[in-house]
Amino acid sequence: MNMDHTTVTSGVTQTDKRRRRTTELMIAAAGILLSLLLIVVGRTYGDYFYVASYVVLQFVLLATAWNVLGGYSGYVNFGSAGFFAVGCYTTILLGKLFDAPLAVCVPAAGIVAGLIGLGTGYLSLRLRGVFFSIATLALAVMLQTLIVNWSYVGGARGVYVLRPDTSGPFDSYVQLLAIVMCLMATAAVIVAVVVERSWIGFGLAALRDDETAAEAAGVPSLRLKLIATTLSGFLMGVAGAPFPYYITYVDPASAFSLAIAINTIAMPLIGGTATWWGPVVGALLLGITQQVLTVTISSAANLLIVGVLLVIFVAVAPNGIVGLVRKFRESRR
Amino acid sequence: MSEFILSAKGITKRFGGFTALKGVDFEMAPGERVGLIGPNGSGKSTFVNCLAGALTPDEGSIVFRGDDITTLPSWKRARAGIARSFQIPRPFKGLTVRQNIEVPLLFIPRENAPKADEVDRILASIGLLEKADASPKSLSQVELRKLELGRALAAHPRLLIADEAMAGLSDGEVVEIVELLNRLNESGIAIIMIEHIMKAVLAFSERVIVIVAGEKIADGEPHEVMKHPEVERAYLGQ
Amino acid sequence: MYVTWDLMANAIVAGILLGGFYAAVAVGVTIAFGMLDIVNIAHPAVMMIGAFLAYLALNTFGIDPMITMVILAGVGLAIGPFLYRGYHALIEKRGDESLQGLAFFFGILFIVEIGLVMTFGVDYRALELSYLSKTFELGAVSIPARMLIPFVVAMIMCGLCYAYLFYTFTGRTILAVAQDVEAVRLIGADPQRSKSVAFSIAIATGLVAGVLLILIQPVEPSIGREFIGRAFAVCVLGGIASITGTVTAAMILGVAETLTASLIGPSWSPAISFGLLLLTLAFRPSGIFGR
Repeated sequence: MNMDHTTVTSGVTQTDKRRRRTTELMIAAAGILLSLLLIVVGRTYGDYFYVASYVVLQFVLLATAWNVLGGYSGYVNFGSAGFFAVGCYTTILLGKLFDAPLAVCVPAAGIVAGLIGLGTGYLSLRLRGVFFSIATLALAVMLQTLIVNWSYVGGARGVYVLRPDTSGPFDSYVQLLAIVMCLMATAAVIVAVVVERSWIGFGLAALRDDETAAEAAGVPSLRLKLIATTLSGFLMGVAGAPFPYYITYVDPASAFSLAIAINTIAMPLIGGTATWWGPVVGALLLGITQQVLTVTISSAANLLIVGVLLVIFVAVAPNGIVGLVRKFRESRR
Repeated sequence: MSEFILSAKGITKRFGGFTALKGVDFEMAPGERVGLIGPNGSGKSTFVNCLAGALTPDEGSIVFRGDDITTLPSWKRARAGIARSFQIPRPFKGLTVRQNIEVPLLFIPRENAPKADEVDRILASIGLLEKADASPKSLSQVELRKLELGRALAAHPRLLIADEAMAGLSDGEVVEIVELLNRLNESGIAIIMIEHIMKAVLAFSERVIVIVAGEKIADGEPHEVMKHPEVERAYLGQ
Repeated sequence: MYVTWDLMANAIVAGILLGGFYAAVAVGVTIAFGMLDIVNIAHPAVMMIGAFLAYLALNTFGIDPMITMVILAGVGLAIGPFLYRGYHALIEKRGDESLQGLAFFFGILFIVEIGLVMTFGVDYRALELSYLSKTFELGAVSIPARMLIPFVVAMIMCGLCYAYLFYTFTGRTILAVAQDVEAVRLIGADPQRSKSVAFSIAIATGLVAGVLLILIQPVEPSIGREFIGRAFAVCVLGGIASITGTVTAAMILGVAETLTASLIGPSWSPAISFGLLLLTLAFRPSGIFGR
């Protein structure tokens, strides 16, 4: 199928392509700059800075990944923690079996989680709306049960992971992890931009509004949904891959964590789901706030704040921060 | 290729124990204008859903322009040249009016690439050029109906199924929509009009078919069909 | 593993008793989600509130859980209309996005869970009552009171819901709302009111189910989430909007879980409900009794 018509539609006109390239380049530049900044600034603040940055950037990646499916197609994935954990345990398994380096584990984790995503995509054939969401939740619990009962990867008790020696230009392994996460998050955001502004994003937007009408207008909805679920799953798996080295002790409770389940949904919804920058804004804002607040209040209180914000935004500002900014701009015009 | 653009044979559709369509045969010539009438719940909508691909018939076959499309999903039928409008307008609410038209333009490949001004031409032909950048949420009922037809038109169809495109409109607005359908028909598109407004059906159609209780009970020249005793009973008896 | 008929019989009886309790959990979902289209995935959170209130009532005021559950049912019916009004004003009225409703209840679910964690901590809490530790012997089958009492209460509660829905005017309008909102207007009832009443019943059953839960087992805030899958599995399996279907499906799930627990191992039983749910959703979305 050749969808490269360049003459029609605001979604894919020539000027839009040019604009997209500019955005992509700008995000790439921002990501690389941020990595360099991490190195420079981190030297003065020490490892805690990298630990915090890693978590925030991991949420940028997760929120972006969730939004590729949830925001663009309207299919709500409640099982993000499951996909994340699949990535995480792929690393553990490959490490145990072959001593595989992180560079191998990351793509492998993405592929495994992506395949599970593909499976949920086929589920979407029969299940729309709430049923799809409940199925993803069910999937996460099934995966967790599987891991709890799989003693080779630690089972319910968990497993310790040894960090490899730090080598090359890096001062510490945490620094390396933070930079890896920064580059992966940057890549994910670029992927989101490409999807959003291509025929895929345009078709997903149509089927998000009305799947039957979209099909009648020639949109191959199953194919698009499969692309979205696979891609979203892949990115979530990738996000989980370095986690064992970050946390060094992994048990089902930390891999299938509440914090990931809530934040991954709350961040895009609070930031705004219609565009790529909504989840980024949401993740940066909530992620940094949580890191700052963790010093003063408990992590439970932190999550409570996220939950309350989620409910408030959904009820009062359903288009998130992006929506609020747009409204503000329009009112000033 | 046969002389028919569409040929449906023995279309049967069951929902659980209920048979909504019982072996309906239907043929249509290129560029023909057919009215489809029948009381509520008679199976009209099921029939057009089987033609457009929203439903797959349990028995029977549908051949469109020489290809068997019986089991094709609706997006492939749309690409093959069957467009439809919905009984209750179903715009893409998150997109602008212009983008609504662009969806089929982008997703339905055709022999010659559409011209750059095609969206504008379609918008002009349905009278929505000024509202191109508006949200469908701001459109009136008749404008939504026109948007439905515009979107169907952008699919570059050989056959258009207009499912109650005039329900709930004023007399003047009905005339507007009929004129629009006439213009589309003049450009060579065959049209099936499903309608309750009998005046519109009689004014528009060259041929009328009647479906009652899942069976086709009449098929022919409009005024002949209206004299059919069963049609009289089904309609005037109401 | 050595399997005897006694073991099987015990597992099946335990499963039916457990299933009765699952019916109590799911009946609220069947009403709110199946009949009213309210995607209340926070229903298990309501249940957890009920469980911890029963704990507080017994340990602070010395109120027996049997009395607590009656009070909570009344409280649920009383505050339900306000909760529904809030939900309607914030989410339902807007009408277009099911995504928003889901995210809303998802947020509520976690707010309740974390609120409970911050108030009660993550330790397991149980009710110490002498009558709960009794066991009745029926041949080789033993029936513990802590399972029997919830089963009986659950069956009474489901029976009351069924009777209310089928034998009262408001109840029938609720069933009608589930089919067609317009039709309800035509018979001169206010669909809004029907929904409000139904939602209140759902909340009340949720609170009572919570009391039953803490009779059965020790609780901590996060176990509520396990019941999302169970409740929705039962609801879907039972045909989404049917009380009798819900009760039957709950028994099936209960037996499937206890059999799994005694034949394979208890750590696998959470996967049973979700597996059953996934299979039902994938192959028979209309439920076991669906057409």
